[in-house]
Amino acid sequence: MQNTIHSTPNMGLDAKIIIGLRDRFFSSIGNSILTVLSVWLLLMAIPALFDWGFTRASFYANNAQECRAAGGACWAFIGEKYRFILFGTYPFEQQWRPLVAMLLFVAMLILSTWRRLWNISLLALWTVGLATAAILMWGGIFGLTYVENSNWGGLPVTLLLATFAIALSFPIGVVLALGRRSKMPAIKSICVVYIELIRGVPLISLLFMASLMLPLFLPEGLTIDKLLRALIAMVLFAAAYVAETVRGGLQAIPKGQFEGAESLGLSYWQQMRLIILPQALKIVIPPLVGIFISMFKDTSLVVIIGIFDLTLAAKSALADANWQGFGVEAYVFISLIYFTFCFSMSRYSQALERRLSVGQKR
Amino acid sequence: MKAETSQPIVRSAPRPKLWNDPRFRSVLFQVLAIFCVGGAIWYLVSNTLHNLSVRNISTGFDFLRREAGFAIGESTIDYGPQDTYFRAISVGLLNTLRVAVVGIILATIFGTIIGIARLSSNWLVAKLATFYVETMRNVPLLLQLFFWYAIISEAMPGPRNALHPLPGVFISNRGIKLPALEGGALNWVLGGLFLAIVLIVLLANWAKKRQDQTGQIFPLGRYALAIFVLLPLLAWFVSGERLGLEMPVFKSFNFQGGITVTPEFGALLAGLVIYTSAFIAEVVRSGIQSVNQGQWEAAGSLGLRRPLILRLIVLPQALRVIIPPMTSQYLNITKNSSLAVAIGYPDIVSVVNTTLNQTGQAIEGIMMIMAAFLTVSLSISAFMNWYNKRIALVER
Repeated sequence: MQNTIHSTPNMGLDAKIIIGLRDRFFSSIGNSILTVLSVWLLLMAIPALFDWGFTRASFYANNAQECRAAGGACWAFIGEKYRFILFGTYPFEQQWRPLVAMLLFVAMLILSTWRRLWNISLLALWTVGLATAAILMWGGIFGLTYVENSNWGGLPVTLLLATFAIALSFPIGVVLALGRRSKMPAIKSICVVYIELIRGVPLISLLFMASLMLPLFLPEGLTIDKLLRALIAMVLFAAAYVAETVRGGLQAIPKGQFEGAESLGLSYWQQMRLIILPQALKIVIPPLVGIFISMFKDTSLVVIIGIFDLTLAAKSALADANWQGFGVEAYVFISLIYFTFCFSMSRYSQALERRLSVGQKR
Repeated sequence: MKAETSQPIVRSAPRPKLWNDPRFRSVLFQVLAIFCVGGAIWYLVSNTLHNLSVRNISTGFDFLRREAGFAIGESTIDYGPQDTYFRAISVGLLNTLRVAVVGIILATIFGTIIGIARLSSNWLVAKLATFYVETMRNVPLLLQLFFWYAIISEAMPGPRNALHPLPGVFISNRGIKLPALEGGALNWVLGGLFLAIVLIVLLANWAKKRQDQTGQIFPLGRYALAIFVLLPLLAWFVSGERLGLEMPVFKSFNFQGGITVTPEFGALLAGLVIYTSAFIAEVVRSGIQSVNQGQWEAAGSLGLRRPLILRLIVLPQALRVIIPPMTSQYLNITKNSSLAVAIGYPDIVSVVNTTLNQTGQAIEGIMMIMAAFLTVSLSISAFMNWYNKRIALVER
C-alpha cells in the first residue's frame, strides 16, 4: 500500500491520466478482475448486437424471405407495420387524427411539468385538451367521420388509459387516504379494507373482474363499453396506491399544523383543503409521478382482456402470415416507445424531487 | 343582571344543537357510510343474483368436484385431465408458488449484486449496472415476458440442432434441458441438506447469544459451510446407495431424461427476475447509501477490517431501511407472476381462467384467484413484518 502513488497537482498530464485510470479500474486485484469481466461482457455483447441490428439487418426488404436470408434484424417489418402498431385498426386515411390527439397528449404532459402552470389553468388546459382529443378520436362533428372506440388502437389507447386512470384515481385516492386517517372507526375500517384488499391482489384479477363480473353486477340491459370497463378496473387499482402514497404525505405533516388549523376554528374540510393537503400533496408529487409511470407500464396488461393497446397492436402485427417470426424486432420497437415515456418521466420526477426538497432541507 | 353575576351559579354550558354535537355527527356519518357501502354491495349482489338466475348459472363451489377434462402443461403433483377442477386449481397454485419462490430467491441475489455494483468505485461496473437498472425498470414486465418468450421460441434452434454450451445442457425452442440428480441416495442427500439447514440456524442463534453475553465472535461462516457440505455427503455415505447424474439425450424428435425448463417457465422466470432485480438493486443501493459515512469511519477507527465493518456495522443498519421496500418487491413478484397467463404458463390465474371458461363460474373463479393471492400476500407481509421487528432499532 505504501508504494501506491496517487495523482498530485504537480504531475504531468500523461501520468495523471494513467494513474487516474489505474485508481478507477485497477486499484486492487478484485477491481481489476471486475474491469476485465465488464470489458469482456461488452466485447461479447456490443459487436453481436451491432451485427444483428445494423450490419446484417434488412431495412428495405420486400418480404419476409429476403429478411430471413439476410440473417439479421428485420427492420423492414417495422417499416411495413409501424402505422398498424401505433394506431391499430383506426381507419387508415384518418390516422392523422390519433396522431394529432397523441401529440396533444404529449404536449399537455410536457406543459404539466411547467410549475408556473400548477394552478387552475392546468385544469383548464386539460379540459380543453381532452375535449379536443375526444373530438379528434371520435369525430362525428366538424366534418370528421365518426370512428367507434372499438376501432381505436395502439399508442393513443395506452396514453388514454394511463392518463385517465391516474387522473380519476387521484381524487378517490385522496379521499381514501383521509378516510384511513379518520378517527371514526367505521369509516377508517372501510378504507383500510378497500386499500389492503386491492393492494393484495394482482391487477389482472381486477381486469378479469371488470371484463367478466362487471356485466353481472349491472341491472339487466345496461352494458358498459369494454374500454371503459378496463379503465374502471385501472382506476380502482390505482386509487389504492395513490391513497397509500398520500397517506405517507399526511403522516409527514407535523401535528402542530393540524392543531393550528383547528385552533383557527376551521372546519374539517377547510383544514384539509386550505392547510393540510396543499403541504401533504407537495411532498408526494414525486412518488405520484412514480405511480403514473407504473400505471403507464401496467396499461400493457389490458392485452390479457383483449383491449387493443400498443402491446396488443404489436402482437397482432406479428400474426400476419406473410411476416411471421419477427417478434423480437416488434418488441424492441415498442419497448423503445415505452422506455422513452417512462425514462423521461422518471428523470423529471428525480429533478422535481431535488427542486421541491429545497425548502425542506435545513 | 348584577344579582345574577354576583352569585356564582354552576350551570352547564348551553346544550349545543344536536347537529353541532361532534359525537352525534361522528355517529351519523359512520352510520351513513356503512349504509351507503352496504346498500351498494346489496344492490350489486341482488343484480348479480338476478342476472345469474336469468342466465341459468348456478352459484356455489360444487363445480370443484367435477372432472376438469383439460391437460396442464407442467405440474409438480400428478395430474391428468380426468382429475377434478379442485386438483387442477391446486396444480395452478403450486405452479404460481414455484415460480414466485424461485423468482424471489434469484431476484434477491441478482438485485443485491447489481445494487452493490452501482456503488462500485469501478466506473465501468457502476455505469453498466446503472444502464441495466434504467433499461429494465422502464420497460413493462409483460413486454419483457413476450420478448423472452419470443427469443426462446423464435430465435432458438429446434431440438435437433440444440445449443450445447455445457455438457448435459441443451437449449432449444422446446426449452432448456439440464442434467438431473438421480439414484437411491437422492432422498438421503436431501434429508441431509435439510438437517444441515436446521443445524446452521440453531448454531447461528447460539453464536449470537454467546456473542451478546461474552463478546466473543464465533466463526460461523466456516462452520456453516462445513456442515452444509459434510452432512449431505455423510448421508450419502451412510445410505450406501448410488447417486448419479442423468444426462438428457436426444432420441427421435425430442430429449429424454434430465430436468426440463419449459419455454414458458423459463421466459416467466427470466422476465420476473430481470425486471424485479432492477428494482431490488435500487432498494439495496439506497439502503447502503442511507448509512452515514461516519459509521464507516468510526468502525474503521475501532480497528475493524472492511468486511467486518460491512457485516457488523453497516449491513444491520442498512437492512432496517431495506426490509420494508424489499417486502413490497417480494409481493410484486408474487402478484406479477399472474402475468403467466399471457405466455401460457399454467399458473393459478391461467388454470382458473380455463375453468371459468368451461363452467361459467366467473364469480367463484375470480374470488378464488383473489383469495389465493391475498393469502400469499398476507403471509409474506406477516413473515417480513416479523423479521423487520426482529432487526428493528431497539429504542429507549
